[in-house]
Amino acid sequence: MKPAPFDYYDPDSVEEVLDLLQQYGDDAKILAGGQSLGPLLNMRLSTPQIIVDLNRVADLEYYKSDNTGLRVGAMTRQSTLEDDTNLRTTQPILAASIPYIGHRSIRNRGTVGGSVAHADPAAEWPAIMLALDGTILIRNTKGTRTVDASDFYVSALTTDLEPDEILVEIQLPNWVKTSGWSFIEFSRRHGDFAILGVAAYLTLENRRCTKSRIAIIGGGPIPIRTSKAESMLIGETISDALLKDVAEQASKELDPDSDMHASADYRRHLASVLVLSALQKATERANKSGGK
Amino acid sequence: MVQEATDNSRLIKLTVNGIEYERKVETRVTLVDFIRNELGITGTHVGCEHGVCGACTVMFDGQPVRSCIMLAVQADSHSVQTVESMSSGDQLHPIQQAFWENFGLQCGFCTPGFLLTVQDLLSRNPNPTDTEIREELSGNICRCTGYQSIIAAVKQAAIYMRQE
Amino acid sequence: MVSCLGQHNYMKIEHSKGIGESIKRLEDKRFLQGQGHYIDDLQLPDMLHAAVLRSPYAHATITNIDVDFALEQPGVVTILTFADLHSVKPIPIRLNPYGSLEPFLQYPLANKRVRYVGDPVALIIAHSRYQAEDVLDNIVVQYDPLPVNIDAEDKVSCPLHHDAKDNVASNFVQQKGDVVEAFNKAEHITKLRFTSGRHSGVPLETRGLIANYDATQEKLKVWGPTKVTHFNRGVLAHMLEMEEHTIEMIEPDVGGGFGVRGEFYPEDYLIPYAALMLKRPVKWIEDRLENLMACNHSREQIYEMEMALKKDGTILGIKVLLSNDQGGYIRTHGIIVPELSAAIFPGPYRIPNYRCEVRSVLTNKTPAGTYRAPGRYECNSSRERLLDLAASELMIDPVKIRSMNLIQPEDMPYEVGTESLGENIVYDSGDYPFALQEVVRLSKYEENRHVDHDNLSNKKVGYGIACFVEKTGLGPFEGARIEIDQTGAITVSTGAANVGQGLETTLAQIASSVLTVSPDSIQVLHGDTDLIPYGVGSFASRATVMAGSAVYYAAQKIRKKLLKIAAHTMNCQVEQLIISDGDICMIDHQDKRLTLTQVAQQSSPRNCPPDIEPGLDFTHYFRCNQMTFAHGATIVKVEIDITTCAIVPKHVWIVYDIGKAINPQMVKGQIEGGAVQGLGGALLEEFNYDPSGQLTSGSFVDYLLPTTTETPLLESKRLDRSPSTLNPIQVKGAGECGIAGIGGALANAVADALGDSGNNVNVLPITPEKVWQWLMPMQDKTN
Repeated sequence: MKPAPFDYYDPDSVEEVLDLLQQYGDDAKILAGGQSLGPLLNMRLSTPQIIVDLNRVADLEYYKSDNTGLRVGAMTRQSTLEDDTNLRTTQPILAASIPYIGHRSIRNRGTVGGSVAHADPAAEWPAIMLALDGTILIRNTKGTRTVDASDFYVSALTTDLEPDEILVEIQLPNWVKTSGWSFIEFSRRHGDFAILGVAAYLTLENRRCTKSRIAIIGGGPIPIRTSKAESMLIGETISDALLKDVAEQASKELDPDSDMHASADYRRHLASVLVLSALQKATERANKSGGK
Repeated sequence: MVQEATDNSRLIKLTVNGIEYERKVETRVTLVDFIRNELGITGTHVGCEHGVCGACTVMFDGQPVRSCIMLAVQADSHSVQTVESMSSGDQLHPIQQAFWENFGLQCGFCTPGFLLTVQDLLSRNPNPTDTEIREELSGNICRCTGYQSIIAAVKQAAIYMRQE
Repeated sequence: MVSCLGQHNYMKIEHSKGIGESIKRLEDKRFLQGQGHYIDDLQLPDMLHAAVLRSPYAHATITNIDVDFALEQPGVVTILTFADLHSVKPIPIRLNPYGSLEPFLQYPLANKRVRYVGDPVALIIAHSRYQAEDVLDNIVVQYDPLPVNIDAEDKVSCPLHHDAKDNVASNFVQQKGDVVEAFNKAEHITKLRFTSGRHSGVPLETRGLIANYDATQEKLKVWGPTKVTHFNRGVLAHMLEMEEHTIEMIEPDVGGGFGVRGEFYPEDYLIPYAALMLKRPVKWIEDRLENLMACNHSREQIYEMEMALKKDGTILGIKVLLSNDQGGYIRTHGIIVPELSAAIFPGPYRIPNYRCEVRSVLTNKTPAGTYRAPGRYECNSSRERLLDLAASELMIDPVKIRSMNLIQPEDMPYEVGTESLGENIVYDSGDYPFALQEVVRLSKYEENRHVDHDNLSNKKVGYGIACFVEKTGLGPFEGARIEIDQTGAITVSTGAANVGQGLETTLAQIASSVLTVSPDSIQVLHGDTDLIPYGVGSFASRATVMAGSAVYYAAQKIRKKLLKIAAHTMNCQVEQLIISDGDICMIDHQDKRLTLTQVAQQSSPRNCPPDIEPGLDFTHYFRCNQMTFAHGATIVKVEIDITTCAIVPKHVWIVYDIGKAINPQMVKGQIEGGAVQGLGGALLEEFNYDPSGQLTSGSFVDYLLPTTTETPLLESKRLDRSPSTLNPIQVKGAGECGIAGIGGALANAVADALGDSGNNVNVLPITPEKVWQWLMPMQDKTN
């Protein structure tokens, strides 16, 4: 289990990174935190000719909040966000999901950009991006563009990123105070990738639901929002019966795989159970935060 | 600056356990292989080489990381601490002492990774609950002890550390 | 009946120093400081590195291997295939070899045919492991795929081995009494098919070897063997056609054994072979992906059981058809695992009529061998589940059905009527009902079970019980040599191995208790074949029993000599002397004393009286042909969320009797470690294969080991009620008592929690998805 040889570059500016990608395209692989790529290199499941390491690009390691929302540089470590206790009130769903990402020593290296771009269908960040209407800032030598998270995930482990592009920043809108949220994951062991996970986000105004997001991981080749289930909530007052129907609908919108950890049918079952609990919890929180 | 990759080796300079080393290293060599085989500091163990078992945990700029899924070149101009940094001479670190007194090890192979993980945990949380200890240690696998004695050792270590 | 040779003068503890005390382990200081010497920590000058090319196919014929291009790659020194191995032989069986198994043995490299994914095909030697791995893809092997068999019950599959008519490696019966008659008389019959999943020991340190030919000593040295170094030296000598004394096996620090590590595997031949051929040191360190497909698997067995009972729950007889999935070859354990299953299946119960038919079947999977409590984890789980099912059908309490059928203390010694390892199974001592009562009391089973059952939430609580008997202290012998040099330094050497269990500490404690010195002043050496001419090793919970007894007798011999020389020096009779705090002193005038060092100096050839043989150096071989049986009972409490079907083990209680503990805390560690490994196999760990024979759980991402968050509270209680009568230190082995009963207790706890659906529980590991499937018919009804 030793990596195959590669040419290694560790530039210290985004411009240099983009030049290298421009030059090498598909032959180059970007190394961010390395918590997914590292094992793949050791197992020789990934044998790139060129590795472009972002770890010396200091400009990509930052996060800041302003009146438009939270912006996080791609090379920000998971543990940096984990340790910021303010995020627990300003971005509660994000703060709650981070401890589910592997273990502390993984989060010390693992980066936000790496997790979003690696697009593991069972990883936490993609669900957060979907549930919170996140956007992704992408650059190449020609310029920048922004993609909505809902358009970013294309197919299994594949995103909208072109070979000459890098993800430089993710953006999350500010938290709506009259909202409730929940993040639930089911895995065989603490810290493992989810067999199934749900991020739910509900905004209530005058007891009626004005916005709903249900993002599911482990429910198919890509993380998805169950939009039909979401729309069943809009304009409605929340009742347990309604939430049960929504949860059933959400599980129908999935296209889960069967593997040794769980069959597709069991994943669907888990989805209906977990979506229901997530929505119940989100409603409870929304009610408490004044969204009645 | 972009270093030309004329061959697949690099000269790197790093600090390990307070000592500065300068070595030429092939870029694909993992950090743990470098520390063990090039520097001959073998307290850090290789258990899985895919970032799951925690045996290869080292402190990288003061924070625990898995050295089997990092490259040695990434440690250029950084500082690394291994289990060998914990005790001074014959004097065990309080965490090591607590593991010893509580039978928190058997074969000893996972132990260096646990010790450094605990060192980090207690620096962030000097008085962890049982649940916090279990969650924080869940990234380190021990195949011998059944963990009860390790958890007891961490609680004991927390007391020793608070007394210091 | 053959008993242990000689009369035992049971240990009189003159000074409690050492025995029975939980002293801190002597080996720990080096481990804690990162100063252990595990195999990969060792580097020799000019050393080469090996990698093994393994079959990607589960079953195929090799039509061609082309290594030419690979040989030209940077750093490559040589590449070996089967055709390159000079007069190669198959790897022989270590335990109970039967000639009929020979067609199924494994050669170190595949000869024209591969039989599991991971079967070694070629060995690459290069200047670094990186370079060796670089050419794995450059060796061109042409495979012609064959039909794959992954089902041990599939009777019409393609034979894996040319010389065999089918894939049944062994088919035999163990029986006692008249089962037919028992079933004729039955008032109730309970039937259960129970499956134990494939998992294994998976030590945290993978295997590894360094071999080097030392020309000055004309000796082949092999670092890295463990468990059975003397036996493996014999195997290597046989396979390399060398004299045994020209090989030295050296055991380094070892990162966990659990039965799988230290057996003679293909690499144990290949690495020394390459070192001899190249006359250079060669190192091979197994990586984790190799480890999960190359090192012995274990546990995969199917039990078709029928039990005849009276209405009151009295067991009349049991019939079992046991299918053992052996994998692609018979390895060093032969068929010992299913043989042990059949022999120990009756467990701690009076089963007057018993018949077990065993079929050990070859499949296209990694070969199987022993793993901690081999055969017993599986048979205990199956039997205990069968008992609970019968209890449920007859509406008898699980405690009661066990109590009424347990072997009673007055039945001891109890002849089970089965045999294994060439011995009749005879339980030597134990109070089985007491252990059950104690675990019931400790867990507050009676009080809490009903309270917890009445809980109406989605979380359902269940309690499960299992009783077990554990074979320990397997013979035939183990040796110890004790030496005191003229400075008074004490060294103990043994052929037993330290696989991480703390042998250095236990043996030092035993020696120190006789010599009344501090245990940390005793150095214990082990696992090197040059230390002592004969050795057996560490398996079958035997090291403390056998090596400990040898140390005890060797220490007695040296003590006697110390007194003799001291008596001469002090000009008194031996009877007037005792040994106390490491000094030899007069019983009546304790101020008249010699230190151990002074006596040691008097023992040197320079000073020793002419009529006394100089030197303090004694060896004792403790011989015993009968195993000593530990026993106990386990209760597990689980909580199941019936919505997600998550299974959370909440609490484990284990009561066990090992006669006596040398170091109680170390014993407790053995119990707890075994229990958690057993929970792993009951809930998380499984080697899965797809229909093409690919291992789909071949990394730590998919093969799930328990961590702190999956581990419940463990409480254990040691009973010292049945000291072994078969050895002077009165101990039974402790290493497998934690794991022996836990699979059955967990399965029963899940069944208990599931209420009416509980009778479906028929398999380990139990996953959330299986619980969901078992619950589904009930939920369909309620919907």
